[in-house]
Amino acid sequence: MTVPASDPKSVTGKPLAIAESVDVLVVGAGPAGLEAAISAAARGFGVLLVDENPVPFKTMGDDVPLHFGQGMAASARNRNTMMEAFVASEPRIVEAFEAGVDLRLGTACWGLYANGPALGWMPGLVAGLAGEDSCILVQARHVIFACGRRDMGLGFPGWEKPGVMGATAALNLATRYDAFGPRKAVILGSNTEALTTALALREAGITIAAIIEQAAKPIGDADLLAKLSAGGTEILAGHVVREATGRDGVEAVLIARLDEEGRPVGEERAIACDGIVLAVGATPVVDLIDAAGCKVAFQTERGGYAPVLNGSQRTSIGNVYAVGDCAGIWAAKTRDRAIAEAEAARAVAALGEDAADTAAAAAAPPAPDYDISAYRLAWVRASVIEARAEFHVCQCEEVTAREILEVRPPRYLDWQNERRNDRSLSALLGEGPPNPDQVKRLTRAGMGPCQGRRCREQVAALLALGAAQPLSAIPLAGYRAPVRPMPLAMAALVPEAPEQAEHWDTWFGMHAQWVPFWEVPARYTVATNDATGRVASE
Amino acid sequence: MSEIKGASVVIVGGGVTGLSAGWWLAQGGVDVLVLEKGLIGWEASGRNGGGCSHHHSPLFAEEQRLWPLMDELLGYPTEFRPERIRLASSEHQMALYGRALRNAARQGFDSEVLDLKQAKEMVPLAGDTVVGGYHYKFGGHANPHRTLQGYAWAMQDHGGRVLQHTTVTGFRTEGGRVTAVETDRGEVGCDSLVLAAGPQTGRLSAMLGQEVPVQSARCEMIVTEPLPLMPLGGVDGCGLYGRQTLRGNLAYGGGPHEWLALTEEGTPAKPTTPLMLHIGKRLAQLLPKAAHARIIRSWAGVIENTPDGRPVIDRLASQANVVVATLSSVGFGLSPASGRAIRDLVVDGACGFADISTFSLARFAELEPNWRELQGWQVTAATEALAA
Repeated sequence: MTVPASDPKSVTGKPLAIAESVDVLVVGAGPAGLEAAISAAARGFGVLLVDENPVPFKTMGDDVPLHFGQGMAASARNRNTMMEAFVASEPRIVEAFEAGVDLRLGTACWGLYANGPALGWMPGLVAGLAGEDSCILVQARHVIFACGRRDMGLGFPGWEKPGVMGATAALNLATRYDAFGPRKAVILGSNTEALTTALALREAGITIAAIIEQAAKPIGDADLLAKLSAGGTEILAGHVVREATGRDGVEAVLIARLDEEGRPVGEERAIACDGIVLAVGATPVVDLIDAAGCKVAFQTERGGYAPVLNGSQRTSIGNVYAVGDCAGIWAAKTRDRAIAEAEAARAVAALGEDAADTAAAAAAPPAPDYDISAYRLAWVRASVIEARAEFHVCQCEEVTAREILEVRPPRYLDWQNERRNDRSLSALLGEGPPNPDQVKRLTRAGMGPCQGRRCREQVAALLALGAAQPLSAIPLAGYRAPVRPMPLAMAALVPEAPEQAEHWDTWFGMHAQWVPFWEVPARYTVATNDATGRVASE
Repeated sequence: MSEIKGASVVIVGGGVTGLSAGWWLAQGGVDVLVLEKGLIGWEASGRNGGGCSHHHSPLFAEEQRLWPLMDELLGYPTEFRPERIRLASSEHQMALYGRALRNAARQGFDSEVLDLKQAKEMVPLAGDTVVGGYHYKFGGHANPHRTLQGYAWAMQDHGGRVLQHTTVTGFRTEGGRVTAVETDRGEVGCDSLVLAAGPQTGRLSAMLGQEVPVQSARCEMIVTEPLPLMPLGGVDGCGLYGRQTLRGNLAYGGGPHEWLALTEEGTPAKPTTPLMLHIGKRLAQLLPKAAHARIIRSWAGVIENTPDGRPVIDRLASQANVVVATLSSVGFGLSPASGRAIRDLVVDGACGFADISTFSLARFAELEPNWRELQGWQVTAATEALAA
């Protein structure tokens, strides 16, 4: 019996343009990524290590990959200087070169595609990489994600002004590039991540005017707090930002005291500063991990949504690992890079081992000494919900907190004919916890070019508050490739197989589907169907 | 677990077809309940190009009549905008796309043939990569997410109900009729049943003794950052379908699909692929002045097709009170009309506004049992995770 040919319009038999194949791809050249790359090379694997940093000045201006908030000094425009500074600030980069690692800086990984039941087309693990003027597909036998951390955004009136930025962005600009714009900053948040950021910025010559904490007492390490106080930093617990003022950028922050219900009360006070650093919640960068299909879950002890890992740092997808901050953030790990490096070593030790042999459960990190869900929700309640004026929580699509909570159609529709009166989230969305992706589709919050980097955690917190649920009940707003914005012209750099171009059709390429109804035969069989009829679907 | 109150009509599937049917029924005073295993509109209904121009379909005339009225009828915004432009990058494509003009003309709708100069005038982002195109003075495009939610809210405004996160596990039948739907949250009584469960329609109808033949596949789309609005957003062609949204994003899809095995449990995985790059390349060909625009997302949807790609909207012969409906991968734009047709079949026994005999199940009476294999709709086997 002859086997019928496969559907020529399907992916079957359409090869991908794989530019390179490697044993191990490591994404991210921080402490964990470097350790993974160097030790994998020592084990004899061919290793490709990519890091998107330093990203071009314009990309920083778009708040990719971190919330830079236009806080870059002019020197950040000089790409060579930035590259040199990046290499000089991390001695192990040179060590990686010497170990034979193929290290490519300024190269982002924008997607990972894994063969599986829902994706038979992929030959295995296929990663998409992009430099400033290049875009290629690379096949890897193993992938180790070491994508680092980013910061939860936190809005208040004026938070779109230049000078409001995430702690991780501030830290990178100040300590790796010496390209931090502001000279005098206030820090929002008092956990270990916030306090270590404050101290590092101070060491880099920046005046830390104050630590603002909404909780009644600072929550971080007493020694770190004492150091900051001794250096002249005001510790203002039980306070919240009311507004960032200034003409072209931040010139001062207005703060107010919170009452026992967490409502701002009393007289406001202005603190002069040209930088406001958001350090209320460091969170693992899971964009690539989630987009690839690895299982992620809200894990309080790992700082929020983080990949589900076994004892070898292996994700739910075979041969894909996560190490360093993207695998989870906790106070001790923030203070000691050896913890991230040990994770990398465990992953490298498991390379090539059968998954079943390395199936030991991951050791749980120490439980945080504060409830990160309640803490982050309290910040959003005090700063966003209790804000004295409406502002855009989603800056790209200009969506306010009220519009998110009331699931309003976007303002450009100017929709007046509103029939529904009951605007509770549950009545609007049905049963179960509100889903940020559903709210995104209807309000556009998180749908803009920053790909939700600035508003994602805030939107989740708003929905949690609106539904009276903990943060862990709110599903993760899904990530999809490209996890870095990619110009169409750059996508076009990856060649297409001639077999695919020859059979490309707008839709399924089925002639019978488009036969006008007045010409449709009474019976359909494969034998009598004209499969070769003209298509180019409607 | 509290008991779920039954309904006169239970609809399985909270996609665009099921919700439109629910809205049509509810506004006619029928007690209706939509059961959805996940979130409404989460599958293909919320993942398509939003086109509303299906001139080959017997529902075309009603589709065209209803779309301009939908904002008013639903009471919620659909973002519908009329008319479309289709650009061709070759004389071959120009000839193929001409079919729409002929089909529509036969049904009384106008189109205009555009030369290169006219095409560039009407489509500011176009360039010399096209040879010409068509301006269809019919059809249009809408926002699938908003429309979908509009159906659900409008149905609820008329007293209809939606139950999300409820999976159908079986049916109770009595004397050739379905009397209840069995779910993971208990039994739901019904006088009539509508199956509009997308890829699951085949499996569920087989449980009732008469299978609607379907096979699932994955298709993909991309979306760019917003660009200045073109005078007419419904522009596609060059092998792509899609539109510029009212916000200004370019949302387009096309190219090869992957046939998939049906997942019975939960919602299917919908991974995207590097096909994103090739859609992007073609979009830069269609609209070269947008080549700088950045792709900010891609997404995939799992869609079912019947063997001939045409819809099924019919009553089951095996159970007297069951209507089955699949729009076979082309459901969004036709939804205002398909919901009405389903309503007619449930309430009146036959569609009163169009001849939908080509949607009958009887056309498959002589279908080869191994039709999937014969058409080459094979599932590509997943390889084992590579051991080192």
